[in-house]
Amino acid sequence: MTMTGFRFDMKTYKKHPLSFLFMLLVWIAAALTAAVFLAVVGYVLIKGIPQLKPSLFAWNYTTDNVSMMPAIITTVEMVAISLLIAGPLGIFCSVYLTEYAKRGNKIVKAVRLTAETLQGIPSIVYGLFGMLCFVTSLKWGYSLLAGCFTVSIMILPLIMRSTEEALKSVPDSYREGSYGLGAGKLRTVFRIVIPSAGNGILAGIILAIGRIIGETAALMYTAGTVAQLPENVFMSGRTLSIHMYQLSREGLHTDDAAATAVILLITVFALNGLAEYIAKKLDKNKL
Amino acid sequence: MPENKISVNGLDLYYSEFHALKNVNIDIAPNEITAFIGPSGCGKSTLLKSLNRMNDLVEGCRITGAVTLDGVDIYKDMEITYLRKNVGMVFQKPNPFPMSIYDNIAYGPRTHGIRRKSDLDDIVEESLKKASIWNEVSDRLKRSALGLSGGQQQRLCIARALAVKPEVILMDEPTSALDPISTMKIEELCCEIKDSYTIVIVTHNMQQATRISDKTAFFLHGEIVEFDETEKLFSTPSDKRTEDYITGRFG
Repeated sequence: MTMTGFRFDMKTYKKHPLSFLFMLLVWIAAALTAAVFLAVVGYVLIKGIPQLKPSLFAWNYTTDNVSMMPAIITTVEMVAISLLIAGPLGIFCSVYLTEYAKRGNKIVKAVRLTAETLQGIPSIVYGLFGMLCFVTSLKWGYSLLAGCFTVSIMILPLIMRSTEEALKSVPDSYREGSYGLGAGKLRTVFRIVIPSAGNGILAGIILAIGRIIGETAALMYTAGTVAQLPENVFMSGRTLSIHMYQLSREGLHTDDAAATAVILLITVFALNGLAEYIAKKLDKNKL
Repeated sequence: MPENKISVNGLDLYYSEFHALKNVNIDIAPNEITAFIGPSGCGKSTLLKSLNRMNDLVEGCRITGAVTLDGVDIYKDMEITYLRKNVGMVFQKPNPFPMSIYDNIAYGPRTHGIRRKSDLDDIVEESLKKASIWNEVSDRLKRSALGLSGGQQQRLCIARALAVKPEVILMDEPTSALDPISTMKIEELCCEIKDSYTIVIVTHNMQQATRISDKTAFFLHGEIVEFDETEKLFSTPSDKRTEDYITGRFG
């Protein structure tokens, strides 16, 4: 805002004191929001960056050197396996709901209701379910796999919801064009509809990744908290978030927890950046 | 080979309770342009869509009567993919797929099992040339089709329809969303290709019907009021309602 513009505003605000008040409120709200965000990020960075040292990225975790490398690798594995389970399931389920199921179908209503309800449940409930189902009943024990299945169920509604929205936004004229050329339903859905909805589906998956990385409660009771790199999926392992939780809980390694927070923050930033980059790239292909 | 490309016999069509087409009978001759005219909601697009069963996609749509293509009943004795391969469609709004120009044209042939790159290349070039858009896009086949202008997109859609080598092309008000110059180009294109195809075009624009069509059918309230040589229908209509419509008394 230029100075002259501001002066002009001041004049009008003198005439209408209420609008001035509102403007002030809006400004304060914006400033507070920005301040909170900056404070959190700033605090994490200031506290954490000096604590970063090469030894934190050593291959092995020992009680002397609480390396976060095993946790980083476990996190990546956790994300990959969970997406492998929930991605296809969620996407195909939404494809069925939007493309194949008849409108007003009872199963569709039931699935939608379930998905919406699941979305609002606190993650600790998933953790409890995962522990009773995968860890105890299926006798997998505290394991990477039990954790993966638990977070898969957790992110399923997220992926379904965003995929459904994306599929719905594909114009019907694309479908008509494809049918008009003699293509069947399967080809139309897989060659035209799903690629056109790619961006929206991707956005949902990125959100899901964020959710997995940030998850602690559901994983504590399913994947366990072993700090070493699990040798196979039936062994326990900890993700970065849990690693950080454990470090700060023990009270001995608060500095290392701060360093972990920095890495977590960077991961999240990088993921968002990646998502934006891919989205742009897909858009460029379209134009 | 029967004299008529498409015959419609006693066709009734309902959208749930709404009786959209009432006992329609019409014979469409090969290698001619047949125009459907009439006010909005008169059933002309509905009839067009029932010629390649696009109405199947509409929920609650029921049909009685028969439509034949070269003497074969398309609702009883024909595979829907075979039908739609032979009876192509161009829509009101240009609807290129969000992919490259090349892939748009190759989509149809690929659907019908053509995989060889050299074959596809030939088909793409030939179709784009037939739709007189080759000169404008030959240097950017790999670019997205959505970057083209509306008129170019519509000609691309015509090229896409031609690429599966249909015998009949249905056009549902193909120029209603386009500017006059693009419209002219598409009209010229229709006249150029009509020797090798049978074209049925729905249009709101009566001048367009007189400019390009050989025969014209006038629709009102789901019925065909009059169907005749275009020249005769517009100069000496035999039905009072046709006369009222073409002289602009209603519609």
